[in-house]
Amino acid sequence: MSVDADAAPADIAATVAALFRRDSRKVLATLIRLLGDFDLAEEAMQDAFRAAVEQWPRDGIPANPVPWLVSAGRFKAIDGIRRRARFDAIDEAGDVATAVEAIPDSAARWDEGEEIADDPLRLIFTCCHPSLSADAQVALTLREISGLTTEEIARAFLAPPATLAQRIVRAKAKIRAARIPYKVPEARELGERLASVLRVIYLVFNEGYSASAGASLTRADLSAEAIRLGRLVVELLPEREAMGLLALMLLQESRRAARTGPNGELVTLEAQDRTLWNRAQIDEGVAWVERALAAEPTPTSRGAAAPARRDSPAVRFGPYALQAAIAAVHASAASAEATDWAEIVGLYDVLVRLQPTAVVALNRAVAVAMRDGPAAGLPLIETLLADGQLQDYHLAHAARADICRRLGRHADARASYQRALSLVRQEPEREFLAARLRDLPPDVDPVRRRSTSPVILFKDDR
Amino acid sequence: MKYLCLVYLEPDKLHAVPDSECLAASERLRAEGRVVAAEALHPVHTATTLRLRDGALTMTDGPFAETKEQLAGFYLFDAADLDEAVALAARIPPVRTGSIEVRPVRDLDPTP
Repeated sequence: MSVDADAAPADIAATVAALFRRDSRKVLATLIRLLGDFDLAEEAMQDAFRAAVEQWPRDGIPANPVPWLVSAGRFKAIDGIRRRARFDAIDEAGDVATAVEAIPDSAARWDEGEEIADDPLRLIFTCCHPSLSADAQVALTLREISGLTTEEIARAFLAPPATLAQRIVRAKAKIRAARIPYKVPEARELGERLASVLRVIYLVFNEGYSASAGASLTRADLSAEAIRLGRLVVELLPEREAMGLLALMLLQESRRAARTGPNGELVTLEAQDRTLWNRAQIDEGVAWVERALAAEPTPTSRGAAAPARRDSPAVRFGPYALQAAIAAVHASAASAEATDWAEIVGLYDVLVRLQPTAVVALNRAVAVAMRDGPAAGLPLIETLLADGQLQDYHLAHAARADICRRLGRHADARASYQRALSLVRQEPEREFLAARLRDLPPDVDPVRRRSTSPVILFKDDR
Repeated sequence: MKYLCLVYLEPDKLHAVPDSECLAASERLRAEGRVVAAEALHPVHTATTLRLRDGALTMTDGPFAETKEQLAGFYLFDAADLDEAVALAARIPPVRTGSIEVRPVRDLDPTP
């Protein structure tokens, strides 16, 4: 191990702090595998960084700090187990020997670069294991992978810190007691398990995205953290759906500045000032969409190895990649009028096959109304509403209201806006709908009053 | 590591999966050497619930708690981890008609 003995102590403190920010989760992920316990590993990781602060000014900074930290953490943990045992009854000495023996010899594993490289993925899949509740998966992911404190997570989710702390403690207890494995799923389970990971990341993103602006800086941070997690997953596991989700988040995030007006009011996609869109995020998002939807590799080029190595995707693209593609069409349109609605309807046709939910069908109906005119969209929306599943979904009524308004059927539009208003929960959306309702002309000659400007409010359009 | 898999069914679905199919599935699982024990149970109205209080043993007719789904049988599996236990439990035929609760078995603490 080569050392740099010339560094001044202050520089070393700064180096350790930077290392902690960049690599502490990597160190933790490997320590969890070596020690077989989240809490023990967390403690060992903290001890390792403390040891670095104490020893590096004297011994120099090791050439490879991460293995040094892992090794130091492992020894600290074994030390801790031995020390605690000395205070306990002698007949427990056997247990200590077992506990220490059970910790794999990390030295023997240093050659297995792949083992170590996979540790962050193991951590992700364990935190998002489907046997944990969605709430627990989110909390554990932000705590263990993002390294947020319990207080920070609680603040972001507007939950009492004690509730969050208990959720995390319970999740860790279940991992330990039920022995949730610390491993990357096999190829045949990968699609399902990856979906669980991506769902958690998108939940985090939406928590930060759907919050109104202004009073909620920490919630915008959540979206940034979700994008960071999305990048991490793509880097570790370049699967099409992971790229699709990253693209979707980048493209939605690119509109953040244009999404709300000066008073926090909602600005729909059509009305947004497109110069406020973040071009860098759009360019990156579009590039990821293209990779996610690129031609599937032929079976021979992928090789026959069953547990697919992670240089080529093993799972087909899915709903995230398609939603991202739709967002990319919007992002590429120079103006609302220039939007390629035919392309969007085509993408929704595929999406509705992969994800046949009423909400997707509603968004497709709205796109059809934009491509073929409101008269073509209305029967689709009314059929969906008649099915009953969307009766309590405010955006379904808002969509009907808007299409009726464009057809000059103002009484129908009014009834639907009122129904949407009775169901809406978020303040900016309520204000938007109330303004639409106020703007409706009185119920007179429908032909003369026909509106031509399409203003539609639906989930993808914010 | 042992996992107890509790098979819960609504009373009218107790025989939705034929016994012969359950028997065949259990023989396949036993042949793989993963089954520590497995039995089907008579319906809950045959149950007797016991309590010892103040030295007196009382018996009540019926199950401890009335639930919509009732305990209909169990498997005790030997598995390396939860993923393996879940893969085994998913092969218990009533998973299609009822639900299966997978619980890790814990060691009792011998210290008094």
